[in-house]
Amino acid sequence: MKTLDQAAVGSRVTVKRLHGERALKRRIMEMGLTKGAEIFVRKLAPLGDPMELTVRGYELTLRKAEAALVEIE
Amino acid sequence: MVISLTGNPNCGKTTLFNHLTGSNQYVGNWPGVTIEKKEGLIRGKRDLTLQDLPGVYSLSPYTPEEVITRDYLTKEQPDVILNVVDASNLERNLFLTLQLLELGLPVVIALNMMDLVRKSGDTIDTGKLSQELGCPVVEISALKGEGTEELLKAFSAARDSHQETPECFSGEVLDSLQAIEALLSSRVSNDLLRYHAVKLLEGDVKVQEALALPDEITVQVTSITQDLEDRMEDDGESLITQQRYELIQQLSEAVHKKARATGKMNLSDRIDSIVTHRLLALPIFALVMFLLYFISVTTIGTMVTDFTNDTLFSDWIAVPARAFLESVKVASWLIGLVVDGIIAGVGAVLGFVPQMLMLFFLLGLLEDVGYLARVAFIMDRVFRRFGLSGKSFIPMLIGSGCSVPGIMASRTIEREQDRRMTIITTSFIPCSAKMPIIALFAGALYGNSGWVAALAYFIGVLAVVLSGIILRKTKRFAGEAAPFVMELPPYHLPRLVNILRAAWERGWSFIKRAGSVILISSVVLWFLQAFGVADGRLMMVSDNNTSLLALIGGLVAPVFAPLGFGTWQSAVATFTGLIAKENVVGTFGVLYGFAEVAEDGAEIWARIAADFTSLSGASFILFNLLCVPCFAAVGAIRREMNSAPWTAFALVYQTVFAWFISFMVYQLGTLMQTQSLTTGGILALLCFAAFLFLLFRPRSQPRHPALNMAKAR
Repeated sequence: MKTLDQAAVGSRVTVKRLHGERALKRRIMEMGLTKGAEIFVRKLAPLGDPMELTVRGYELTLRKAEAALVEIE
Repeated sequence: MVISLTGNPNCGKTTLFNHLTGSNQYVGNWPGVTIEKKEGLIRGKRDLTLQDLPGVYSLSPYTPEEVITRDYLTKEQPDVILNVVDASNLERNLFLTLQLLELGLPVVIALNMMDLVRKSGDTIDTGKLSQELGCPVVEISALKGEGTEELLKAFSAARDSHQETPECFSGEVLDSLQAIEALLSSRVSNDLLRYHAVKLLEGDVKVQEALALPDEITVQVTSITQDLEDRMEDDGESLITQQRYELIQQLSEAVHKKARATGKMNLSDRIDSIVTHRLLALPIFALVMFLLYFISVTTIGTMVTDFTNDTLFSDWIAVPARAFLESVKVASWLIGLVVDGIIAGVGAVLGFVPQMLMLFFLLGLLEDVGYLARVAFIMDRVFRRFGLSGKSFIPMLIGSGCSVPGIMASRTIEREQDRRMTIITTSFIPCSAKMPIIALFAGALYGNSGWVAALAYFIGVLAVVLSGIILRKTKRFAGEAAPFVMELPPYHLPRLVNILRAAWERGWSFIKRAGSVILISSVVLWFLQAFGVADGRLMMVSDNNTSLLALIGGLVAPVFAPLGFGTWQSAVATFTGLIAKENVVGTFGVLYGFAEVAEDGAEIWARIAADFTSLSGASFILFNLLCVPCFAAVGAIRREMNSAPWTAFALVYQTVFAWFISFMVYQLGTLMQTQSLTTGGILALLCFAAFLFLLFRPRSQPRHPALNMAKAR
């Protein structure tokens, strides 16, 4: 299973499924990371975490710990 | 007609609100939860009331803002919902819109930032969007004030019309929703049928409780939900969210024509690539912080503050007031009360207002251009190490100017535990009012060296870190660091009017406090130190060693004796520090018999040097830096905690923490100096061992494994 935290900077990936505890999962989905959504991995913060993504035309930041809940393909 | 303004955070709601209401507004509080609700009359339309609701991404039951917003909309039922949609971020903004449309109230969409969309060459077909959503869509630019006439017209039209809600759902999800609707049809109004069915399918506990359905219906709803979840292999919440976004994607593809290939860099992207650059980000951050303090605290801010203190409140107000009162032969005690009590006390506090306004202005500027969100992004990794999120950095940054707005800024932290922890620890960061205390002792005991102040900041940060680790290991605060899911808004030019307004609002609430709490406490303090018991009756005393204050100070002093400063003067100075920290210096001045002292107290350095050793001086500074902040900040803690027990916990924690740190420093320092073990030394060693245990013991298991999640701001 490949997850978002493993995606390389500069890559484009598609969300396959979400895992994790309910409230967190819902919040990540509400921000637009639903099944089939395209994500562009923009960059990592200077200290390596969190990561910055472009999703549905805006910039979103997530920690790697949360990104690990997003299964991608 | 009541109009509720809703929308995502950062979609231009506040700008629109300010534009529509002009100055006809006031800030109120929501009952129960401390979130500000603004209300105002629309300019030129006295019959239109506009309410600014908190910015939310959704109507989920997981954050206080969202629950308030949906409870308000479903129970209070405004006449029209005005939904501000950021056209440059259409998809995510429409996610909230689809939920608002289910509430059975007329909705008017204000499509904001269309100028940005056009500038990038994109087009949005608003006519089609309006048709698909079944509600009026008005293009506006809140910044330039365009489109407001059309908006006002749309309100009255919308109120009298019936809007057809678009169908978001399809397939088996729709079938299940309709089955639940059939069960509810006699219990909720037709308008809210879909809303309740969706909430029940999502397993929303708050709505379940509010509906109070009989058991047999609850069982049926549960079985419908369970059945759907089993067949679709996903939970109800995810299925609902999923289908909403699918509809939005179709909508967006139909109405939004993009000119620019996705992924191409625009100006905001280019700025961001420098500001959050892997190597440059931290130096830039350090430079910004330096400039912030250089401008607000050391140069312009101090110049204005010195003027307020020395010229305005002294030469222009206090001196003429005294002369006037003397010329009309007012009793000397009354002159003392007015000039030494009220004018000096309130003036000392108001003197900080210009400095605070300057700091608020600059922080507002950083927030408005979009830099503060990047600070949270850059610093998150550091803060997470001791159980806080990058967002905790902002309250602490503001807290270095004044704890009151710092504590208030903690509101943007979603998870209750983290917010509470930030509220408790923010005042450890030395605020600008604590600087005179440090200057006094640095001058009197440590050869006026500048590193004392630097050390104070370092100790403040260390206290935050250590408290973070210790508290995180207790049951109350157990659990992993809060998730960090945050929008990074595009950079844009600052909107000066908004920033000035926000800075003034913060400053004004401080001034109001200075006029009430601080005024009263100044009078009480003046009374206590001017009056004493002599010859068996209460009278004014010239020697304040015989004053009531000395009496009280003497009673409290033994508490501080183990910390090395058990004189009544130190006890009293610590107490007056509760009114305002900069009072500490003035109090020492008064108590040592000097009528007026400079801000750094140069006149009393000799007396301080006689009463304190370098060790007890350090202990005094430490205690005053870390203990309960001033009353104004305590008020802010009470307001933000919104709970008396939690406020008490915060104050007790701060005081106990300060006492033990000072105790350990003084006793262990003495131990090292004298090389002889006293009772105090043994106790301090035991405390130190206990402290290390609290710091390094294993984590406690969280009581509630399901934790509340983050809303970004």
